[in-house]
Amino acid sequence: MPLIDTAGPVAEANRDLMFIALGLMAVVVIPVFILTALVLLRYRAGHEHGKYRPEWNFSGWLEALIWGIPALIIVALGVFLWNGTHRLDPYSPLPASSPPLEVQVIGLDWKWLFLYPEQQIASVDRLVFPADRPIALSLTTDANMMSFFIPRLGSQIYAMAGMETKLHLAADGNGTFLGRNTQFNGIGFSRQHFDAMAVGEDDFAAFVDKAKAREPLSSARYRQLALPSVLEEPEIYGGYPGDHFRQVMMKYKNEVPTPDRPDENALSTEDDIGSVDGSGHPAFSVEEEAPVDRGDGPITVSGPQKGRKIEPDVEEASE
Amino acid sequence: MTLLGKLSWDALPFYSVIAFIAAMVVVVAALLIAGIITWYWKWPYLWKHWFTTQDHKKIGMMYIILAFAMLARAFIEAMMMRAQQAFGLGAESAGYLPPEHFNQLFTTHGTLMIFFVAMPLLSGLINFVVPLQIGARDVAFPLVNLVSLWLTWAGGFLMMVSLVIGRFATGGWSGYPPFTELSLSPGVGVDYWIWALMLSGIGTTLTGINFVTTIWKMRAPGMTLMRMPLFCWTSLCTALLMIYALPPLTVATGLLALDRYAGFHFFTNDAGGNVMHYANLFWLFGHPEVYILILPAFGVFSEVISTFSGKKLFGYTSLVYATMCIAVLSFTVWLHHFFTMGGTADVNAFFGIMTMVIAVPTGVKIFDWLLTMWGGRIRLTVPMLYSLAFIVTFVLGGVSGVLLAIPPVDYMVHNTLFLVAHFHNMLIPGTLFGMFAGIHYWFPKATGFRLDEKWGRRAFWFWVSGFYVAFMPLYILGLMGMPRRMVTYEVEAWQAWLIAAAIGAILIGLGIACMFIMLYVSIRDRGRLQDVTGDPWDGRTLEWSITSPPPEWNFDEVPVVTRRDEWWYRKQNGEMQQKSEDPGDYEPIDVPKWSLIGPSLGMVGTAFGFAMVWHVWWLAILTGGILVSMMIGRAFVKDRERAIHTEIIAQHARLWNMAQRGEHP
Ligand SMILES: [Cu+2]
Ligand SMILES: [Cu+2]
Repeated sequence: MPLIDTAGPVAEANRDLMFIALGLMAVVVIPVFILTALVLLRYRAGHEHGKYRPEWNFSGWLEALIWGIPALIIVALGVFLWNGTHRLDPYSPLPASSPPLEVQVIGLDWKWLFLYPEQQIASVDRLVFPADRPIALSLTTDANMMSFFIPRLGSQIYAMAGMETKLHLAADGNGTFLGRNTQFNGIGFSRQHFDAMAVGEDDFAAFVDKAKAREPLSSARYRQLALPSVLEEPEIYGGYPGDHFRQVMMKYKNEVPTPDRPDENALSTEDDIGSVDGSGHPAFSVEEEAPVDRGDGPITVSGPQKGRKIEPDVEEASE
Repeated sequence: MTLLGKLSWDALPFYSVIAFIAAMVVVVAALLIAGIITWYWKWPYLWKHWFTTQDHKKIGMMYIILAFAMLARAFIEAMMMRAQQAFGLGAESAGYLPPEHFNQLFTTHGTLMIFFVAMPLLSGLINFVVPLQIGARDVAFPLVNLVSLWLTWAGGFLMMVSLVIGRFATGGWSGYPPFTELSLSPGVGVDYWIWALMLSGIGTTLTGINFVTTIWKMRAPGMTLMRMPLFCWTSLCTALLMIYALPPLTVATGLLALDRYAGFHFFTNDAGGNVMHYANLFWLFGHPEVYILILPAFGVFSEVISTFSGKKLFGYTSLVYATMCIAVLSFTVWLHHFFTMGGTADVNAFFGIMTMVIAVPTGVKIFDWLLTMWGGRIRLTVPMLYSLAFIVTFVLGGVSGVLLAIPPVDYMVHNTLFLVAHFHNMLIPGTLFGMFAGIHYWFPKATGFRLDEKWGRRAFWFWVSGFYVAFMPLYILGLMGMPRRMVTYEVEAWQAWLIAAAIGAILIGLGIACMFIMLYVSIRDRGRLQDVTGDPWDGRTLEWSITSPPPEWNFDEVPVVTRRDEWWYRKQNGEMQQKSEDPGDYEPIDVPKWSLIGPSLGMVGTAFGFAMVWHVWWLAILTGGILVSMMIGRAFVKDRERAIHTEIIAQHARLWNMAQRGEHP
């Protein structure tokens, strides 16, 4: 079980807190089970072994006990909870000898885009990081609300458009872990997963080099990625436009760009070839993109990769 | 803008075989029921004595009928989802359901179970029982009561219409934007969801107002608050929660409707909207709602355990205070539903602790029930079996609830099947078992005959074993990191557990089947199961002091209460003297006449919701106008009551006397 068989310090601490809580609660739970069995054995009509006392309805010391003991346990749990929540706050950096690897995460419809600001590379549906360094994630989305979760490494956190959330994770050693979105966001939801790969320092350097050799993520390709679709294969890019993360976030701040007043925060327009539908409107104009119906029409995937087309369920069943 | 708004032939369910079959089942069933009623020409009878009656007992029963019809549908949907997931291994198109259909299923399943199964069950039971327990002739606002019922039915009708015309939402029962905004869900599904919730939500708010007033103002002389049966206490707290918790839901869905219909930006991602406002509003309703669902069951268990242990309730005062603590605390915890939205550690820890605190009064209740049995003479009847299963199962659910209240644990299991297991673990024993126990317990009061024990026990064992087999695997899957709402998955290790869960669902299905058989057998054998005494369980509270079924006016003479468990002590002390059979000793009783406001409001309300869903503006204006004019028109009706003559009351008293002497009337 990934959440029990943990692969990182965060997951491990979370899990231990769960076990402590279970242990403390057993103090109340086990007596309940014993008492239930005992009551049935002693006072079942027909074969009673206990005295019938129909008027017995109060006992001061029992009342004190049944209020007192659960209250004490909750106090104890509360202490663990308070400390644990502060110690394991997804926002607070993890103690480590080397500084964490910064990664910016953008949730897109049914894929995850990772930007590495130090390395100036980007990847989609694959997160590679050195196993001996924690990762410091900043998250947002350019779509629906999502929740970023790598079960074996620990805590999940929501990613929301126009907002930035933070998450710190680390792995105990090399390994590839399944990561995914856990917040339902449409028909491609089940397939929005990625590989989180904790690798050695050399392998990470090799990955960065390999990515550097690739083409950078263009604004046009980004706009295609942002459309609802599922990628068959992860992608790697040797760069990305400007402070892309911030720009995606700014897009959702207050102003609705219009054709006559384009969003100043929109991506640089070097390779701007107009919106995907070819209407020629400026990039990122929120209004122009026709509403995407996730149920009624086929959702095509654009781009060079063999993006799969998600059939609107319905067609498949109509045969 | 066209005459029929968005409505076109595309709205018919020809897009999928399964959806088409479902639609046909609904249509055929509706025609069949209408046909049978027409064949026997029962329309006038149903209209006059059921649809338009303001008798709280019949209103209660109609709520429960709605709940069971919806339970059947919601269960079939659960079955379909379990079957899909059992075969859903494989990334592409595994299983037999397309994603869009699956997504509709979990949305309707959740919406139905919460709003159209659990809520009508408890509204129904409260309606039937509370006035009888407090010695009242009726509720405070009988017509409002009828209107609430029909608004709930209107919501239910709309849910059924969505199966035939158009599609339902795919955004889950909580309807989180931005997914449910127009840009991401342009179809009519979310609108169906909004209007179904809106109609039933207004009905529930009115129910809350009605029952707070009833319990506060209509108690029989001598029935002080601390002499009330515990079911009345939990009903009072439930009704208070309804008043305070439902409005945030109505506001949240209303604002979402403004976003969708009028281009507002309350919850959109742009133009200043913020989805977190929705999360706050929704869970400000959603968490107290959990206690709306559970508190009435706590009341049922208190009554059942005390009666079938033949013993006074242990720690009555504790139970009352614990109930009130829970009701108040339920408003202080909503943020635990989004610990993972990135709140600060201080905020998360605070709300985590507030949530855990609720475990204390809940634990107290569990121990008080066990101590009630201690020193009793426990009769293991069906309601008692449900109570025992509840105690054991609910404690496990409570444990998982405390785990979810610990933010770092929640960071791991939020949005996974662990959560799904947890809330089913609370709501099945905590609401369904409670309501089943209550229905078994009060059924003879409502009908004059008991439910068949043998089939009741069979249903019980299937339900309980099915529950464990269906939901324990979900805890494990949650710990394996499986998110909820997945139509397909690629982790092989999950499949075995999902198959186990599907088998559990089959067992629950057998439990439901046994219940319907039980109902059939009981009606068939009603002679054998008849109860003439009005007090088949050796009850303790006032409702057992009158005939079964009770007359329309409940009490021939308003009882005077001198202590808790009044009826039990009257029996103990032989104070249940014969009633007078002389009409001169009685006063005529006024009861409300039938009113067509209820069913017409329900039908026009359904049409209004339908018109809004499909943007048929002329119909929306027309029906909206009718709704308003009906409300105004009603104010001019003068002749609202009808007197029950003293001879009828005396005759009824005579029947009661005969029953007490053991003579068959
Ligand atoms: Cu369910
Ligand atoms: Cu909650």
